[in-house]
Amino acid sequence: MKICVLVKEVPDAAVEKRMDPGSKRLDRSGEKNLNPFDTHAIEAAMQIREGGAVDVDEIVAVTMGPESAFRALHKAVSLGADRSVHLSDEALAGSDVCATGYALARVLESESPDLVLLGQQSDDGECYTIGAVVADHLKMPSLTQVIKIDVEGGKLRCERQAEYGYDTVDVELPAVISVGDAINEPRYPSLKAIMGAKKKPLDTKATGDVGIEADRVGEQGSRTQVLEINPPPQKEAGEIIEDEDTNETVEKVVAWLDERKLLA
Amino acid sequence: MSILVYALHYQGEFNKNSLGAVSEGARLAGELGGEAAAVVVGGDDLSDELCASLGNYGVTKVYRARAPEGLAQPVVDVMAKVIQDNGYKYALFGGGLLGFEIGAGLTARLGAGVTMEVTSVKAQDGKLVAERPILQDSAIVDVGYVGEPGIIIGRLNAFDIKEAGGGAAEVVDVDVQLEDHSTKAVMVERGEQRGADVNIEDAEILVAGGRGLGKAEGFELCESLADALGGAVAATRAVVDAGWYPYAAQIGQTGKTVAPKLYLAAGISGAIQHKVGMQNSENIVAINKDPNAPIFEFSDLGVVGDLNKILPKLTEAVKAKKG
Repeated sequence: MKICVLVKEVPDAAVEKRMDPGSKRLDRSGEKNLNPFDTHAIEAAMQIREGGAVDVDEIVAVTMGPESAFRALHKAVSLGADRSVHLSDEALAGSDVCATGYALARVLESESPDLVLLGQQSDDGECYTIGAVVADHLKMPSLTQVIKIDVEGGKLRCERQAEYGYDTVDVELPAVISVGDAINEPRYPSLKAIMGAKKKPLDTKATGDVGIEADRVGEQGSRTQVLEINPPPQKEAGEIIEDEDTNETVEKVVAWLDERKLLA
Repeated sequence: MSILVYALHYQGEFNKNSLGAVSEGARLAGELGGEAAAVVVGGDDLSDELCASLGNYGVTKVYRARAPEGLAQPVVDVMAKVIQDNGYKYALFGGGLLGFEIGAGLTARLGAGVTMEVTSVKAQDGKLVAERPILQDSAIVDVGYVGEPGIIIGRLNAFDIKEAGGGAAEVVDVDVQLEDHSTKAVMVERGEQRGADVNIEDAEILVAGGRGLGKAEGFELCESLADALGGAVAATRAVVDAGWYPYAAQIGQTGKTVAPKLYLAAGISGAIQHKVGMQNSENIVAINKDPNAPIFEFSDLGVVGDLNKILPKLTEAVKAKKG
């Protein structure tokens, strides 16, 4: 079995994120890291490999992004991927969900995976949708927010929480599965794995290498347009108590609750 | 023909978020000078009467297709056909997991623009513009569509249910040949309830616990405080998935939506998926050791500190005060 894991480089959680008012795109400058939700997808791939129910020949990390995104791929490889593929092309800048999903599907097609795994959302775009977009292009069955995967007789038995409780779904391969963060606790990479990551094969591909039609990506291929960026309605900031003396803190909280007649 | 709305149902009843989306679709179609229709997909429980009842929320037509329920891809096939055959300009979804998946599938199938987590929609120059909070709700963007159709996926509880007083909607059966890949995921069990059946929706006071409790036993602290306050205990998705607390007590995106008089959040960071289920609570108190936790941005009273120290003392103090 060959598993491709879709990963993304996102601004570090500690960096304050902002929209660039000129281009109306997310400002992606500053410190970057591997999207924390993606580490669960890599871990899921590793657990399938180590579970022994199926032979996993290869785990390939795949990303689309600017030149700097190779660092996210190094991190993915240090967490267990065998090699990585970087789709990088000026023509892709400004792609929306529709264009991004199309481009990722083309690069995945060139790898012919049996299973595509990805995280439930990106830390920056908060989209939750790319897996289902990619799956429709690849004509593969797909499920998102999966919190348990068992490989049984060439199928995946998946569990997830949906609108009415927990669902159990059997999915035939090849498939696209997005995993929820409750699926596992990702391991930490060893120092050796971190050092070795740069030596693992990394293919950089341009749009032309994987047959991406130029008019379907980037700004001209996008089907949505950000018209305006506004601050949210101002909500009055709440009162904050730093707990130094807990007796005093508790006294303040009780007084606050009592004032609002919540202790009647 | 203007807006097609997906209506999710389960065991003979429509989903509340779907009814909100149907109401909103009808309102927007009115502003665009067109009509809204709904699409339903499922088995025999989709009676003529049930489908026609969507007319009460303002749609004039309901497309019904018989296909497997609870999975997105069969619905993508149905909606793609209905949109292509009838020229709908927009597809609209209420908040919920399936809406995200179906909307995303349609994006690929129809080469359509999509916006998600949409909190409101307005008609502007004969077109729809979706308003969407981004970056942990620190900015709001207005997004327009290039070409047709446009796909709008609402945030949980974004659209209010409004009975428009319309009569029964016309029910039209559609025959759709499912794509091969849409038959390759099969529901084995749907809607399994894990853990005890608890009622949190009627409680006026809720003490909710998250990952910050550290372990399942941490909920004992919440239970004691809830007892003292005369309330019930709720939980986040993370701890329910981890098996620390029953699913029936879960707040947020795939759980319950509540608006009690007091919502006391212990060890909850305040992710959007949680916020959408409790942000209308009258008073929000948060206890968290991380001063940068997003929950402090929408709580009325925030306590930065160790809940293991604070909760037991708070419980005692509440008991003492109430006598």
